[in-house]
Amino acid sequence: MSAKLPEADHPTLCARVDEVSKLFGSFAALRQVSVELEAGRCYVVLGENGAGKSTLLRVLAGLLRPSFGTVRVFGSFEPQEARARIGYMSHAPMLYDELTARENLRYFAGLYPGHACLSPSDALRQVGLDPELDRTLGQYSQGMRQRTSLARVLLPVPELLLLDEPFSNMDIESARQMVALLAGFRHGSRTIVLTTHQRELAAPIADCVLTLRAGRVASFEPGGPSL
Amino acid sequence: MTQALWAHLAKDLRIEWRSREAVNSMLFFALLVVVLFSLAFDPRGAFSREIAGGVLCVATMFASVSALNQAWAREIRHQVLDAQRMAPAPGADMFLAKVLANFLFVSIVQLLLAPVFLVFYNLQIQGNPWQLALVLPLGTWALVANGTFFAALSIRSRNRELLLPLILFPIFMPALLAMVLATGSILTGDSDPSLWIKMLLGYDIIFTTVSLLLFEVVLHAE
Repeated sequence: MSAKLPEADHPTLCARVDEVSKLFGSFAALRQVSVELEAGRCYVVLGENGAGKSTLLRVLAGLLRPSFGTVRVFGSFEPQEARARIGYMSHAPMLYDELTARENLRYFAGLYPGHACLSPSDALRQVGLDPELDRTLGQYSQGMRQRTSLARVLLPVPELLLLDEPFSNMDIESARQMVALLAGFRHGSRTIVLTTHQRELAAPIADCVLTLRAGRVASFEPGGPSL
Repeated sequence: MTQALWAHLAKDLRIEWRSREAVNSMLFFALLVVVLFSLAFDPRGAFSREIAGGVLCVATMFASVSALNQAWAREIRHQVLDAQRMAPAPGADMFLAKVLANFLFVSIVQLLLAPVFLVFYNLQIQGNPWQLALVLPLGTWALVANGTFFAALSIRSRNRELLLPLILFPIFMPALLAMVLATGSILTGDSDPSLWIKMLLGYDIIFTTVSLLLFEVVLHAE
């Protein structure tokens, strides 16, 4: 099934997924998925466990290559060619427990040579964390880890944010704070694609809702508070 | 040194400084091997000089395997490797930083092991002791360059702890032989170790270059 936006308020395409299938052995995690993502919008991907949400995000991030079909971002680039412009956050923190938040971010900033990154302190302040906190990440709460992980994603100022279950293992208040943070990032040309099981949490920021079922696009419709 | 290489290296050194996982595990394992061999063979005089090179190299080799596995296990814990793959820094920087860090950790263990080794094996070096300062780093580099590469190759395998020695040891064999024979020559003073030193140098250059060229493929393999 092909999925296009119902309304074209933002005509610039950020990513195009064309007839993409992803096989793991004989198991098809994605089956002929076609989606067009327009710049400056927030897309919420819903679906049951095993529906292919995380696989779709990993394909968009360039961490997985599609078995069939093509993915293009920012025009004609393959995701691997535009890695510095894409931020990917998994449900795992993707950070070192043995380092403090600032040390973690300083390390990742070092992996973007020649790119104008935010300073670690600024990135931490953007997600509401104290940059002076001198504790290793292993001593952080789950909510603080998720925020630090988001700060890592924001560090290189990406144009496309791919967030896989950003509210997982968070209490409801922390999750709401995270939604408020994301609502702030949505403005401008930044595109957000996030997967979640908590559809009511993501409703306030969802411009479009993509529902996957057994690796196929089941529906693609406008989002909003009534979601 | 590039910015990314320095970032990787500083991070690895900082984490090891805080956890001391690699150095501690290697040191205790290597000490155990050295002490057990000394009890099993009752090394004295000429005999101790003949076997000492082999014992030192084998102790280092087995001890390094646990550290090499740990070095990459840390990267896949919490999916940190995916964040590194998303960054535009070249994979070769990451590989070289890991090799440098592992080389430093193994060298520290060798330095701490040296006095114990001299006491337990009652060693008196007959050859040129300065040549040891060439052989041990060259042999250690061969071990950690290969070990770091193959540990990365087996990182996604369920049996990676078993897989690493199975791949590494046969490929490391020529360097191990050169290291043992060169160390033996220096300890006994019977022959000139320069041929083995040249062989170690050649092995290091070839395998480090190949690993650097192939690492990007290994890093982004699914």
